[in-house]
Amino acid sequence: MTDLVGSHTKQPGGMLDLLNGFVVELRNAGLPVSLTENLDAMQAVQHIPIEDRDAFKYALGATLIKNHSHWRSFETVFEVYFSLRGPEYKIGDGDGDSAIDDLWREMQEQQQGEGQGQGGMDGMTPEEIAKMLMQALMNGDQGMMRAMAKQAVQRFAGMEPGRPVGGTYYLYRTLRNLDLDNMLDKMMQASKEETGGELTSLEERLEKEEFNDRIEKFKGEIEAEIRRRLVADRGAEAMAKTLRKPLPEDVEFMHASRDEMQALKKSLGPLTRKLAARLARKRKHKRKGPLDFRSTVRHSLSYGGVPAEPKFKAPRVAKPELIVIADISGSVAAFARFTLMLVYAIQNQFSKVRSFVFIDGIDEVTDYFKATEDIQEAIHRVNTEADVVWVDGHSDYGHAFEAWWNEHGKDVGPKSTVLFLGDARNNYHASQAWVVKEIQKKARHVYWLNPEPKSYWNTGDSIVGEYGTFTDGVFECRNLRQLESFVDLLA
Amino acid sequence: MTTIPDAANPADAEPRFESVQQVRDSLRDAQYLSDDGIAGIVYLADRLQKPILVEGPAGTGKTQLAKSVADITGAKLIRLQCYEGLDESKALYEWNYKKQLLRIQTEKGADGVEQGEDWTDVRDDIFSDEFLLTRPLLEAITSDEPVVLLIDEVDRVEVETEALLLEILSDYQVSIPELGTIVAKQIPLVFLTSNNTRELSEALKRRCLYLHVDYPQLEREKAIVLAKTPGITDNLADQIARVVRSIRQLDLKKSPSVSETLDWARTLMLLNIETIDEQIAKDTLNILLKYQTDIAKATKELSIDE
Repeated sequence: MTDLVGSHTKQPGGMLDLLNGFVVELRNAGLPVSLTENLDAMQAVQHIPIEDRDAFKYALGATLIKNHSHWRSFETVFEVYFSLRGPEYKIGDGDGDSAIDDLWREMQEQQQGEGQGQGGMDGMTPEEIAKMLMQALMNGDQGMMRAMAKQAVQRFAGMEPGRPVGGTYYLYRTLRNLDLDNMLDKMMQASKEETGGELTSLEERLEKEEFNDRIEKFKGEIEAEIRRRLVADRGAEAMAKTLRKPLPEDVEFMHASRDEMQALKKSLGPLTRKLAARLARKRKHKRKGPLDFRSTVRHSLSYGGVPAEPKFKAPRVAKPELIVIADISGSVAAFARFTLMLVYAIQNQFSKVRSFVFIDGIDEVTDYFKATEDIQEAIHRVNTEADVVWVDGHSDYGHAFEAWWNEHGKDVGPKSTVLFLGDARNNYHASQAWVVKEIQKKARHVYWLNPEPKSYWNTGDSIVGEYGTFTDGVFECRNLRQLESFVDLLA
Repeated sequence: MTTIPDAANPADAEPRFESVQQVRDSLRDAQYLSDDGIAGIVYLADRLQKPILVEGPAGTGKTQLAKSVADITGAKLIRLQCYEGLDESKALYEWNYKKQLLRIQTEKGADGVEQGEDWTDVRDDIFSDEFLLTRPLLEAITSDEPVVLLIDEVDRVEVETEALLLEILSDYQVSIPELGTIVAKQIPLVFLTSNNTRELSEALKRRCLYLHVDYPQLEREKAIVLAKTPGITDNLADQIARVVRSIRQLDLKKSPSVSETLDWARTLMLLNIETIDEQIAKDTLNILLKYQTDIAKATKELSIDE
């Protein structure tokens, strides 16, 4: 691989160009960067030298990113655009004279004593590599881990310039050869031998977490190294494009990966807190209640009997009663879970919340949420205990609605708001849309939330249009942003 | 106080810090252990003369950061605690109307008859510095000595009230209709803290550098415990930091904050405990966690329920 460092920046003005490209990419990734923030960033880089990489990163972050949930996206773009700066990040074959390569040679000498293995990892057997890696991980030395990562990628990833494969492929190849999965057990074993006795379960847990943490860090180093090489090969712009990911609030419920799910769960907490605060405030500052005659007369005494200062009663809060009916089959399950979590997190905004889940049979799950304060646990119980299968476990909206109407239809009153969650993919069963019509007649509002993109509605076996005609509105609800704005409207 | 300062332009003021490293070192001397992000941004805020918006979970030392920076720069700390209903007269300035009333009355009482030509004088007089009550924000920019201004929990004020802050944050000046514009004599270092209970307005965020202070990494937390708990052994501090990290990984209502970690460390010191075992952890868990459900969960997860 050729050395591409500095090919696009050493000339004057290169920094500004680079920064410009960087900001453009941030905007492409959906991060809102205003003009003043851009200018601030340009000023900031004059004060913080690029050589102090961490400080440089935080300086840029502080000027450009004003929301912590955007930090991950920022970091990715930063790594791509600035990964080739600084001597220790130089791409080489491991024989360069940077500090990292020195460290590597030192490690090798320690390992072998007789000094036979100069150069990269190529001359070493897998056992030697594993031993060395384990040592680096046991010591938890950042520099050593970085050196290991660099050498491992050099030897195992088999990267070729211009080859159109993603970084995950190289990552997989490298990790497969390093056998990190068994590393944890080996490390635990070694640590037990070191202390020379049995560890208590608490100690063992702590030790395990520490090692896990280090292994994760090492994986991160490998990923970063692969990314650096890919950037050198393809250029920052192309690389940033392939790495572009939606912001947490824009991730689609139906297609979220496991990591994205975790991120979503994390951002749901602060979001509900904000939403609850906003709704409570909205209520408090709404229009005053009717005139309080008694209080007005009482206060008029201080003006000699003139009612100069009219007093009002506190407004009566009209809290809606919420009935949630959610499809929890297959792909829409994640969406239903998030909506239920959100609804229960702000349940004090409603006088009563009842929830039902269905696939082809329907079951009430309100008690699960009542029984525990922990929403996660309640959701877990919904998934494992609710009796939602009637025949074959394929969505049957018609049957579920009919069963619901027969049992709970009488509970719908003029104060109720009924919320349907689902993609209305009915597997060509009978729709029984009359149930929704009947509900609409009795309830205050009926809404339908659909996690599918609008363009897919009413295609195939989706009959959301048929149900939709009897509701006050069908809302596309693919991500947290849309869900949040809907709940805002609801309460 | 002058309306238009004839002093040297405050923008030319000497920077407070030489380098990021210096910020880090002096903060450490003041017993505040920063990381790269914190030190770098404090340094940058000084150079760019911009306020810092500090966000993060409760109990991670956001307010303490402002105090420590005031400490190391030898500046006076002026604090504005925000709350719902905070208004101009409590944040910026207020006319001392009782005194104004008194002034008008003494004028009248001097010779018993009202002298009409005096009115303009009186009017100009009662709207002068003497009758102005400065509130924290105005005080911060009119002070002669260096100032660190801390606007605490800015997310508690309403969106409309935020607008009060904008002028002072971007231009370091306050406009008073009767007096004109008061420009800062020196540029204060401004910290705004927020617990993120609501989204702050774009206008406010744009004017600030953004710093997110999260729960510290293992090494830093250990160092904090060592620094703030005199007499603690290295081994115990290490164990404390590890247990706390482990608890924070659980899905809790409220994760233990740094201050709670320190409380726990002090408790263990008072109990003369050298190493944490499961029984001790179980007995003292209520110092770290404040919700019964959290305690139950942590007890179960750390397998210390026997």
